[in-house]
Amino acid sequence: MNLRRFSLIGVPYLWLVLFFLAPFLIVLKISLSDYAVSIPPYTPTLDVFGGWASISDFFSKLDFDTFKFLTTDDLYWKAYLSSLQIAVVATLITLSVGFPIAYGMARAPEEWRATLMMLVILPFWTSFLIRVYSWMGILGKEGFLNGALLWLGIIDDPLTILNTNVAVYIGIVYTYLPFMILPIYATLDKLDVSLLEAAEDLGCTRTSAFWLVTAPMSRPGIIAGCFLVFIPALGEFVIPSLLGGSGTLMIGKVLWEEFSSNRDWPVASAVAIILLLILIIPIILFQKNQERQAEADQ
Amino acid sequence: MKMTWLPMAAALAAVAGATTAEEVRVYNWSDYIDEELLTKFEEETGIDLIYDVFDSNELLETKMLAGGSGYDVVVPSGTFLQRQIEAGAFQPLDPAKLPNLGNMWDVIEERTEQYDPDNAYSVNYMWGTTGIGYNIGMVQEALGEDAPLNSWSLVFDPANMEKLADCGVYFLDAPAEMIPAALLYIGEDPDSHDPDVIAKAEEVYAAVRPYIRKFHSSEYINALANGEICVAVGWSGDVFQAQYAASEAENGHEIDYSIPVEGAQMWFDQMAIPVDAPNPDAAHVFINFIMDAQNSAAATNYVWYASGNEAAQEFIDAEILEYPAVYPDAETLGKLFTTTPYDAGVQRVVTRLWTRIKSGT
Repeated sequence: MNLRRFSLIGVPYLWLVLFFLAPFLIVLKISLSDYAVSIPPYTPTLDVFGGWASISDFFSKLDFDTFKFLTTDDLYWKAYLSSLQIAVVATLITLSVGFPIAYGMARAPEEWRATLMMLVILPFWTSFLIRVYSWMGILGKEGFLNGALLWLGIIDDPLTILNTNVAVYIGIVYTYLPFMILPIYATLDKLDVSLLEAAEDLGCTRTSAFWLVTAPMSRPGIIAGCFLVFIPALGEFVIPSLLGGSGTLMIGKVLWEEFSSNRDWPVASAVAIILLLILIIPIILFQKNQERQAEADQ
Repeated sequence: MKMTWLPMAAALAAVAGATTAEEVRVYNWSDYIDEELLTKFEEETGIDLIYDVFDSNELLETKMLAGGSGYDVVVPSGTFLQRQIEAGAFQPLDPAKLPNLGNMWDVIEERTEQYDPDNAYSVNYMWGTTGIGYNIGMVQEALGEDAPLNSWSLVFDPANMEKLADCGVYFLDAPAEMIPAALLYIGEDPDSHDPDVIAKAEEVYAAVRPYIRKFHSSEYINALANGEICVAVGWSGDVFQAQYAASEAENGHEIDYSIPVEGAQMWFDQMAIPVDAPNPDAAHVFINFIMDAQNSAAATNYVWYASGNEAAQEFIDAEILEYPAVYPDAETLGKLFTTTPYDAGVQRVVTRLWTRIKSGT
């Protein structure tokens, strides 16, 4: 019995330690190291077989210089802010596109739902990279979109969309849309329709019934969807580097540059740690708030 | 259970054969070889070849410095090679396993010694210049018949760039080459390591930045070829590939490349063997295969980059050998410059400057 209980609790913790804590500690360790021309390109490296002397020597060489360095250059906070802005705006757009789709799916006749669900999931059968590349073909100056608009006579000169932030938004919204639709659909699907009927019987219009009943009850789905879109969008690297222009400033690109152009792994790791803090602190605060509300409700 | 020995022995032999079958993993620049050579290598040597590509020295260096890349042959350029040798990323070549070493061209070897003393760790694959690729028709339409096609002023003079902006200009996303070019244009030492001098490159770029559509190191081949852009600061052979692609497509775009009269950077891509290469012997076989005069010539005939192989010249198309934009004449050669690696502090200044140039931040 005890063993069963232990393994029930142990498995998720083991998962966390292996795939979150251990990599995090490695990154943290590198962020406290110094740049060096060597393999790997930082110093000190831990020699666990060297006895206590070498281990204490190792710890004495770690310092917070890289974090201090991040404050000396405005590039970093500007990149964090610009990433936050892009992620927030993209999440809101995804929500406003995804919610009606999820709503429509949940209200569709029973026999259609499986097909509609399939259509949402279908794009995943093609590689993410290929789908982003296809957008380059669609949005380019000689791409399909400009071709169609020119042919229809809506515009006279091709629009410059590719290599701008607009293309980045399109890429993020398109890529992450299913992550928004699916959790919202899951909550809407479970929504008891008789509650809406009751609301209407009690004098609600359809719109106010939506805002008073449907919206609050789909909140868990909306929150889950927003997290699923916001978190990966914040650190996104592929979409801004393929669709974005040189003016697109995102922390993923800054990270890449620190690693590859500067070969400064310690600074790159420090940038990554701060990104993690930006993500984790609001999530923890949010979770705390949710718990408090749940208690208050009881 | 009954079992005859014969099939079992055969099965064992097959297993043993499978595990000892040699393979070699090569990591080279994109669009940089005649793919028929890869098949030829496998047929001649019986070694399985796994051929991957990259498009920036920075990407290669990240893999080299992380270690355990799994590659047997990689092709870094001069200054990157030098720093990676210093970091201990490569093993010395074994001349006994490279009988074709005698084919190499001393003129190039003398220059590559600057990065790799005695050429102990590397052999030249190709060399070339960083200059200007352009679409003749589109540029002349924008700037008139007397457009300065053979000068850095084409891309660094805001007056020209303003007119070219509409037809599209790409720059390489390679600070180690773009900053020296800008310094050369304003008459500074292109190989300067002085942060104050390097900072002057920013003013050059600030003036033309609004007219640059993109910084990218490989997309310009296609973009030039299909008329998406009219000018690209790029690598010689890449522009010739765009030229070839455009003529094959018969799309009416005529592409050419110039080494600017002010001078240009000369670079060398060197084949080297990582210190932790799983199959160093097969790596030597591959390098020796490429150093074969005919093979080396086949690669040059395909990609239009100059070869560091002197014996190959006999087999290289006269068209290429006599084309001064590929094999510069003595006068042009005198104007080409090389650079030395930045140390960590200067490198940071350069990267930061480059980020500011690209993103305005």
